[in-house]
Amino acid sequence: MTTDPDLAGLSGPVVHDEIVPARAPWLHHVATGQTLRIVDLEGNQAVDFLLYSAADDAERYSAQDTVAAQGNLFLRAGTVLRSNEGRPMMTITATSVEYHDTIGGACSCESNTLRYGHHTKSQHACVENFLEANLIEGRGKRDMVSNINFFMNVPVEEDGALGIVDGISAPGLTVDLRAEMDVIVVVSNCPQINNPCNAFNPTPVRMIVTA
Amino acid sequence: MMGILADPMAARDHARAMAGTVVEAMPLLPPVADDLPTDVSAEDLVWEETIAAGGYATRRLARGSRLRLIDLEGDACASLLIFNAEMPTERLNVADTVKVQWNAYLGAGKLLLSDMGRVLMSILVDDAGTHDAFCGTSNATTNQAKYGEGRNSGAFPNGRDRLLLGAAKHGLQRRDVHPCVNLFKGTRIEPDGTITPLVGPYEGGRTMILRAEMDVIVVIANCPHVLDPREQWSVTPLRASAWRGAVTPADDPIRNATPEGLRAFLNVEDYFRR
Repeated sequence: MTTDPDLAGLSGPVVHDEIVPARAPWLHHVATGQTLRIVDLEGNQAVDFLLYSAADDAERYSAQDTVAAQGNLFLRAGTVLRSNEGRPMMTITATSVEYHDTIGGACSCESNTLRYGHHTKSQHACVENFLEANLIEGRGKRDMVSNINFFMNVPVEEDGALGIVDGISAPGLTVDLRAEMDVIVVVSNCPQINNPCNAFNPTPVRMIVTA
Repeated sequence: MMGILADPMAARDHARAMAGTVVEAMPLLPPVADDLPTDVSAEDLVWEETIAAGGYATRRLARGSRLRLIDLEGDACASLLIFNAEMPTERLNVADTVKVQWNAYLGAGKLLLSDMGRVLMSILVDDAGTHDAFCGTSNATTNQAKYGEGRNSGAFPNGRDRLLLGAAKHGLQRRDVHPCVNLFKGTRIEPDGTITPLVGPYEGGRTMILRAEMDVIVVIANCPHVLDPREQWSVTPLRASAWRGAVTPADDPIRNATPEGLRAFLNVEDYFRR
């Protein structure tokens, strides 16, 4: 019996277990029926997340199809992550965080110049990570779409005011995703240091896949 | 009929006899419009087209061009893609559009931002006020579930397949069809994240004018909003007009409205510094 608290509640053998360093990209193929658990090891760490169908990577995660299908902006336990062709890609089977974001997108060198000023242009950013990982498999800029930000909090106020605010995550909190098709998971462990999404201190996350 | 048209010259005469036919949804060539703003010369009109209910249209527009969209009968839904015409890998980014402007809702004065920190188009005039940056458009699956059918070749085409065809006319592919914005059909976000669709139908004639801040390709699909609660597939024609206009000057109020927006214009001006 394991005593590793990060594995609590997972059934099935662990087939992959990896720590993604702070600020780094991660790419992994997850087969139909496998479960990916993301562990926010130190708390308040945004995990930027994209999905592609392994069989046809022009089919990919669609934030718009996902929120329209459930009639709600926030991703919670039970949310089905849908593709740009309306098909289920993964399901959030469990999460110890109330909700996750999919409207805030990924930070980029270019959008950082708008949000914070041109002095941030040279800072590392999620789009750099997404590109670095995707380029390995022949995908590129045309494959960048609105992503998920696990453990990130983007409320929308009554007048439409919207912004990334302090995280609602804490050390050891998790999200579990069951693959509904063979998928390619591409992650940026967010390096942003100009807003509260990572508590101004990017930290490692753990990726556990069970069969 | 078939017997007569077995003769190529008869087929030619039959085809030519159609000349001059006028229908509601069609482009006018050369473009003509009797309702241009008073400061716009008729010679500067570059595009005049009525897009059918369930139809689509696409156009390359030069920097400075104005694009006017009119919801003729109050039930149009313009799902819009925007590309940088000279480098279509740069395109509308809906997440950056809402995030950078700190607001979920589109309207007059708002910018439509690219994934390269630049402003592709800005909204000069908006008397609709109901738009949507979150839901995207329908696809074959959603139309099949809702209307029993959703093919391009059927009676209830879906928005995604229309956008795919429009993008394909510029040599673009499935992976180029990015998250879109919907104009004229809106959503309101409730405190718990619930998305409330705002689909009218509204009074006819609602108008928007957008300004191209770069050389852009626009692709517009006019299909029912994906969260339209009506059982019937309901949409009415959309009119598009475009005319030449001045590139945004340094003292433009939209350019200077916010520090984030100003930097998006500075990035555009830097891109064209060549």
